[in-house]
Amino acid sequence: MKKFFLELSLGSKISLFILVVIALWLIFPALFGANHIPQDIITGVQPPGTAGHLLGTDSLGRDVLKLTIAGTRSALIGPLVIATGSIILGLLLGSLAGWYGGKVDWIISRYADITLSMPTLLLAIVAAGIIGGGYWVSVLVMTILYSPFDIRLVRSAVIGEKHKPYIEAGLVLKLKTIRILARHIFPNIAIVVMVNFFLNIAYGLMSMSSLSFLGLGVSPGSADWGRQLADSRGILWGNPAAALSAGIAIIITAVAINTIGNNFVQKKSL
Amino acid sequence: MAAAKFIAKRLAEFVVSIAVLSFVVFSLLFLSPGDPARVLVGTKSVNPDLLASIRAEYHLDDPFFSQYFRWLGNALHGDFGQSIKTEVPVTEMIGPYLKITVELVLFSLILALIIGLLLGVIAAKRRGTKLDGAINAFALLGTSAPSFAVGLLLLYVFAYLLGWFPIYGSGDGGFLDTINHLTLPAISLTFVVCAMLIQITRSSMLGQIDKDYAIFMQARGVKPLRITTAQLRNASGPILTSIGLLLANLFGATILIETTFALPGLGNLLASSVTMKDVPVVQFVTMVLAVMICLSSAVVDIAVYFADPQSRSFKRLKLGAES
Repeated sequence: MKKFFLELSLGSKISLFILVVIALWLIFPALFGANHIPQDIITGVQPPGTAGHLLGTDSLGRDVLKLTIAGTRSALIGPLVIATGSIILGLLLGSLAGWYGGKVDWIISRYADITLSMPTLLLAIVAAGIIGGGYWVSVLVMTILYSPFDIRLVRSAVIGEKHKPYIEAGLVLKLKTIRILARHIFPNIAIVVMVNFFLNIAYGLMSMSSLSFLGLGVSPGSADWGRQLADSRGILWGNPAAALSAGIAIIITAVAINTIGNNFVQKKSL
Repeated sequence: MAAAKFIAKRLAEFVVSIAVLSFVVFSLLFLSPGDPARVLVGTKSVNPDLLASIRAEYHLDDPFFSQYFRWLGNALHGDFGQSIKTEVPVTEMIGPYLKITVELVLFSLILALIIGLLLGVIAAKRRGTKLDGAINAFALLGTSAPSFAVGLLLLYVFAYLLGWFPIYGSGDGGFLDTINHLTLPAISLTFVVCAMLIQITRSSMLGQIDKDYAIFMQARGVKPLRITTAQLRNASGPILTSIGLLLANLFGATILIETTFALPGLGNLLASSVTMKDVPVVQFVTMVLAVMICLSSAVVDIAVYFADPQSRSFKRLKLGAES
């Protein structure tokens, strides 16, 4: 573990540190006093550096720093669910297609082709906006539209392995299919799936905050990075930090996630 | 006859995608909470007679699939119904919106091609240097930044602080004024979509740099620019494919950028119609954007097939980075 950490590049170390901080914000907002943010509508907007408010306050008089920390949860829970759901769908449908072949494979592969060619963001926006109940509807839409890549990945790994002697030996021993898949085939693709998991979180973060920026999924005034950007657009002059801190939070988190993801890619190619 | 087969397959995929999309888009009316007839009434005062006449006009009491095929038939004849808000047929109202979106997308496409190819080639030629590192970092930032966040940063710096560009709107319609108003939005879009082009150009150029022909050209004293051109031509397959994806991403990201800069384009129209639940407008704009997105990737795939024989086993890339 220590060796693993020392081998990381400087960029990866910084990214890891950022992700740890973000994870703390996500899991323990109370540690940073961000579980309860008092409003002060009468005072309203205050610029950064005001006493007691490092990044100033927004139009509702809320502390921007605390609001940004509190927004982590709404900004990241969706992407985490999307990336996890996409892996589950991928493992399920991908191994079905790869293992059984034939018609099952044909149907699942066409399904993957079609979902892959769908415009993800467009459909998520329209579905979240029209159906209502926004947040989880868009999480569901995006999970489905993100999964074809995982499906193809798992499918080709299963096809690549299933005729190798050690798998056939397992079949002769009458090992259960699920055991062969889980113990002998999935470990081969763990790293690629992992890289894609990180990519999906970063994409998901950008897409989900795009939706909340458009006012879909989360209600006005709630603590969410995309929403904060949209809500504070109008006070760019009074307190630029209110909108920009949310934008920068999104960008830094996504950069850190992508950097860690790339780190896995480089490890793999060594 | 592999070519005919490929084109047929790719076009079939396009048609199926659009058919599936049309089904999803049609279902929207029924997925929105409440009675479809009430949704179609909009903000007008509701009375039973009006609801009944709407039910009859839209055949809302027919079975779902027969309604779908009626809607599809009308849509194929260019009739998508009328906007609930303005009561104008939706196909007649989108002209000006479409113009702005197409201008913005073309402007960004040109910028993205110039910057993406240039930086990708430079990074490959100078691989391992600080310059390469800087370009890679720039691309990483581009893939990690949502367009609206970039847009807002640029807006703050160049429109508020420096005052170089107008803050919102699309201008008075004159050519220079349009360019002036579209520059910041186009730069934001370019920044987020050209990252992929930089990465793909860099990696496929890297594959050409140590090839025998390049070393031979160098040894014969051929000018560096000609060598680069030759390498770029050989590396063009994946690059061309990524342009289809880039165009698709542009049409997706434009929704956010038009909202950020208050540009009255298709994306802005979609976002506001979604908020107001103006379903016929949403259906039509979604179909227009979806057709453009799917068509641009299909056309580019087919073009690549003919331009670059090596690509015939090249796997298609993932669509999804359009935010």
